Amino acid sequence: MSALPRAHELGLIGCHVCGLVCRDTQIADAACPRCGSALHRRKPNSCARTWALLIAAFILYIPANLLPIMRTVSLGDVDDNTILSGVIELWVKGSPDLAVIVFTASIVVPMMKFLVIGTLLLSVRHCGTTWARTQRAKLYRLVEFIGYWSMLDVFVVSLLTALVQFGFFSQVEPLPGVVYFGLTVVLTMLASMSFDPRLIWDCKDEDD
Amino acid sequence: MNLPSSPRGQVNPALTSTLLICEHCDTVYRRRPLARGDVARCTRCHAVLERHQRIGLDAMLALVAGVMVVFVQANVWPIITLSLNGEQIRTRLWGIIAMMWQEHSQVVAVLAAATLFFFPLCKMLTLGWLLIFARAGRRAPGFKSLMVLLHYIGPWTMSEVFVLGVLVSIVKAHLYFDVTPDAGVYAYAVLAIFITIFSGIDVRRFWELLPEEAS
Repeated sequence: MSALPRAHELGLIGCHVCGLVCRDTQIADAACPRCGSALHRRKPNSCARTWALLIAAFILYIPANLLPIMRTVSLGDVDDNTILSGVIELWVKGSPDLAVIVFTASIVVPMMKFLVIGTLLLSVRHCGTTWARTQRAKLYRLVEFIGYWSMLDVFVVSLLTALVQFGFFSQVEPLPGVVYFGLTVVLTMLASMSFDPRLIWDCKDEDD
Repeated sequence: MNLPSSPRGQVNPALTSTLLICEHCDTVYRRRPLARGDVARCTRCHAVLERHQRIGLDAMLALVAGVMVVFVQANVWPIITLSLNGEQIRTRLWGIIAMMWQEHSQVVAVLAAATLFFFPLCKMLTLGWLLIFARAGRRAPGFKSLMVLLHYIGPWTMSEVFVLGVLVSIVKAHLYFDVTPDAGVYAYAVLAIFITIFSGIDVRRFWELLPEEAS
């Protein structure tokens, strides 16, 4: 056993909601004495739930990128924009720095979430591996922290829709892509929340 | 020792607050008092265990009151003005939400309403309510459920993202129209700063700060 004791070795459970340290009573539906939430050694069915949410998010991510998210009508000129073409337009005509921000928020961050959470899930299968554990733990925290910035493009489309309503000659309309994209962001957020980072450390190891 | 019994009937003795479990890797630590500005990190996974709280309860309540004022301004004042051929259009947050609803993107309208209006509002009102009683050294009515509520709505407020969204929208709309940011954007920017300060506050310490009243 390593020098740092872990809760389950000492027969303790930390409450997921309020953080209270409780004795593990081995009772199936034990509740936290302080906040009343159910006590679990690990988040229940963490892997299965996270896989399900991640796969659902990935399925929605495909139409989110392929379908246009926004239509601009200007003097009879109809222009449908996907997420990527919006980024390109911003790069070419607007400001490249903002294009980089939007590209990061709407393409890099979701892709990274799929890759990182997928890798984490694979790595914790069958009791996991001790490979790069500190780095994986850091990666998880990063993904959890930046996840919601992907909402950026959804807000941009909403704002432009509300603003540009000059009747027949100039208009912005949201298209279905933006709905899929919003749902992707919510599902990836739920996926990273349902993943239990403790699983990264749950394997028989001699020392860290 | 009088053991608190859990709502489901089983006795589940808590080990007071001398121990601390890392939420990310389950390592158990003995709690140490933190000096000003200190951050306790897990030596195994480097996650933050605890931060020293610079802000007292009074300051927190003042902050909540400040955020409430800015929040009202952010919602009442228009965010952006767009002008074309002498015509002007202003929009507010609720204008955006209503427009998305009408334009068959109800999912987006609900998401925006929840993450930009209802959840932040709910968070502030809850915190304010808890703080008013905490200053008197008491647990507010509904303390337990409100603390659990705060835990769950925590990650679902996105005002900061919205500020960046406004910025991007201004640049995008500027390609075709005259756009000027309105007072609402500045209110949102201030709100985003407030929210960042807030996220550094560990609300969980209320559990230890406020003793449970004898039942």
